[in-house]
Amino acid sequence: MTIDIIIMVLMVASAMWAVMSPNLLKAAIGLAVASAVLAIIMFRLDAPLAAVFELSVCAGLITVVFVSVISLTRPPEGKDPKPRVVLRRFAFLPLLVLIAAVAFGMLELRPDFSSLPAMAPEAGMRVVLWGERQLDLFAQVVVLLTGVFGVVVLFKERQKGN
Amino acid sequence: MEGLLPLFGGLFVMLMAIGLYCIIASENVIRIIIGIEILTKGATLALVLAGYLTGRTALAQCLAITLIVVEVAVIAVASGIAVGIFRQNGSLDTSELKSLKG
Repeated sequence: MTIDIIIMVLMVASAMWAVMSPNLLKAAIGLAVASAVLAIIMFRLDAPLAAVFELSVCAGLITVVFVSVISLTRPPEGKDPKPRVVLRRFAFLPLLVLIAAVAFGMLELRPDFSSLPAMAPEAGMRVVLWGERQLDLFAQVVVLLTGVFGVVVLFKERQKGN
Repeated sequence: MEGLLPLFGGLFVMLMAIGLYCIIASENVIRIIIGIEILTKGATLALVLAGYLTGRTALAQCLAITLIVVEVAVIAVASGIAVGIFRQNGSLDTSELKSLKG
């Protein structure tokens, strides 16, 4: 339980650092740390394959994408937002997070899962993914292709504009 | 097992609050994308937690992986749009995007 609390505090701290940091590069690094901590939480919740995906894709690939976008969109000298402005804008964030946590704690949820239909006990992740969620796989391929074509079209239009 | 619900359920609510506040309060396009990313992390955590509590970790992992793939596509396209906005306007400040104003 103690380690879960430590992980939770680390996750909230890194997410808030990603949002409140005046420097965008540090914000991207905070986001990567949040992804890594989320991967640890997934391991704790018996989801190791999703954790590996989270660690490799979100903490790795997306951080690289963010760092390249930040380096491509560096504003001219003197146009950087002042850190004080960014911090003032997010001054209410810790209060909001505290209120959200207290409100959730006051709900005292006791869900009853007994009405759910039973599943085969040996249905492993591979069986479910390849046997029952084939439409999801097809949708993933479509989404990935859409993303690739979207990026290609964006770069193509930019070259025409230049 | 159920002791984890208030802990990680609270974390899910806090992540949602952080992401929503970031999207609403930010004026930088990259920071808005970071807010979307944090919101998606909250949704992924909720899926995995629900799978753990109901004993359906395999299904939850499949859905979490699908969500991660969608997240990557969204971030890639949004990043491309951010670069396009910067090349067009010289700034990522949303208050300066006035080409559709009026």
